[in-house]
Amino acid sequence: MTVDIRSLAKLARLDVTDEEVAKLEAEIPSILDFVETIKNAPTSLSIATPALRNVMRPDENPHESGTYTKELLDAAPAKTGDRIAVKQVISRKK
Amino acid sequence: MDLSKLTIAEARRALDAKEYSALDLTNAHLDAIREKDADIHAYLEVWEESARAEAVAADAMIARGEAKALTGIPLAIKDNMLIHGRKATAASKILEKYVASYDATVITKLKEQGAVFLGRTNMDEFALGSSTENSAYGPTKNPHDTSRVPGGTSGGSTAAVAAGMALGALGSDTGGSLRQPAAFCGVVGFKPTYGEVSRFGLIAAASSLDQIGTVGKTVEDAHTLFDAIRGHDTKDSTSLPNASTPLEAETRRRIGIPRQFLKEGMEPDMLAAFESTVASLEKAGYTIVDVELPALEYSLAVYYIINPAEVSTNLARFDGIRYGLSVPADTIGDTYSKSRAAGFGPETRRRILVGTFVLSSGYADAYYRKAKAVRELIRNDFAKAFESVDAIVMPASPTAPWKIGEKADPVSLYAADIFTVPVNLAGVPAISVPSGTVIRDGKELPVGFQIIAPHRAEDTLFKIGSDIERA
Repeated sequence: MTVDIRSLAKLARLDVTDEEVAKLEAEIPSILDFVETIKNAPTSLSIATPALRNVMRPDENPHESGTYTKELLDAAPAKTGDRIAVKQVISRKK
Repeated sequence: MDLSKLTIAEARRALDAKEYSALDLTNAHLDAIREKDADIHAYLEVWEESARAEAVAADAMIARGEAKALTGIPLAIKDNMLIHGRKATAASKILEKYVASYDATVITKLKEQGAVFLGRTNMDEFALGSSTENSAYGPTKNPHDTSRVPGGTSGGSTAAVAAGMALGALGSDTGGSLRQPAAFCGVVGFKPTYGEVSRFGLIAAASSLDQIGTVGKTVEDAHTLFDAIRGHDTKDSTSLPNASTPLEAETRRRIGIPRQFLKEGMEPDMLAAFESTVASLEKAGYTIVDVELPALEYSLAVYYIINPAEVSTNLARFDGIRYGLSVPADTIGDTYSKSRAAGFGPETRRRILVGTFVLSSGYADAYYRKAKAVRELIRNDFAKAFESVDAIVMPASPTAPWKIGEKADPVSLYAADIFTVPVNLAGVPAISVPSGTVIRDGKELPVGFQIIAPHRAEDTLFKIGSDIERA
């Protein structure tokens, strides 16, 4: 199997150097070969009834606004006032 | 006090009898760390000052007659559990400067007991590995032979306890990360039932597999630590309701061995050590039978699809925006990809890429969804086997601890997890207890014996584990 490492890395939001791509082009397919045996397992997708399911807590009893703001903001790499600062997300570029 | 042999149980007795103080006990451990840890590198950070302050507070609790099981007991904490105001890095560069903004539930519980926190222990980055070689801060060494690995990913925690640099420790087990390093270091490593201990405040690796557990020199110590941290937590949606009545472990005497599964890849003397422990259990009155778990042969494949899939999802939160390392870039997209490239180590990157692949459109059916279906077969195999036996036993590892750097190829490292990953896929509890030794290069190395029980039958593990200790 060949894997397009660059496009995979792009999907994973991970910069890769040329040197790394060469190494990963050998490693990732060998890992996929390693898990290939699963194809022989006697099961079909339809019989899968997962034992785990998502549970959400009720959205109630909120804490007082601002209680944790400073502490959480202190962890952020860049901030402006009481906000985390990020580069522009939406641009007008054609 | 001889720290290489001292247990939590004995320290509790001596502290309550005022034979020495909690401060003496903590100082003795801090001395041991100063003396030995330069060679072993179990700790990423040692908190001398706060540990002494906690010990003094513990002495006051003892003096007031308010001592609990862990009051004044010096413990080591794996570097993926949050302690408010302390660094928690998961042994990654991406969290090098991260300071926890809250306590993990297990930490809150230990603080209520008046336990002493000695420091945070080394691990494979984000709990991805089997040897603690994947730490961004350098490997931990096996206290029994410092040229060899301590196992992983909780290798810092197990090495600290084995070397007398902590009386007990917390670790986490995603695919064997407590049991295998405990086996390699000659201590007890215990992974509870999935959901039995809250994971609130544990840095997530693979959420359907991760479980916090305990390390001790004895089964009793691992059990004591477990009792202190277990219980339902509204902050962890996967946490189970509190257990009702304990099982009558005394009557549980039937043990199954999946012999078909043990055939491959075992070093002959490791297999012999396993068989000799089985024989001693038989002598102690247990009935040993063969069990079949046919789907177990797919365990490694299932694990190495589900684990990277969940890892790639969980680690998406590290983007250089909210916390952790951030590499300045012109666009937000470049901030993500450059920060992640600079912050994640090689194995973490491999898992993210494999996870992204098996979840990607066009491959998700053949890999991820298929793996989830086969995982149910594995769970069913265990459920069926437990209809006729009270416990299943297996080695904790097919091999003795290997030399640091010996397994450079990722796949050969994955294969070492063969006997531990099925447990996490099924969510059942398991324990590794030291039993026997093997010789490598003239050095005696410990062997771990693994016991697996049905969901929530932890008491069975403690009973059989104690019988092995007595044998």
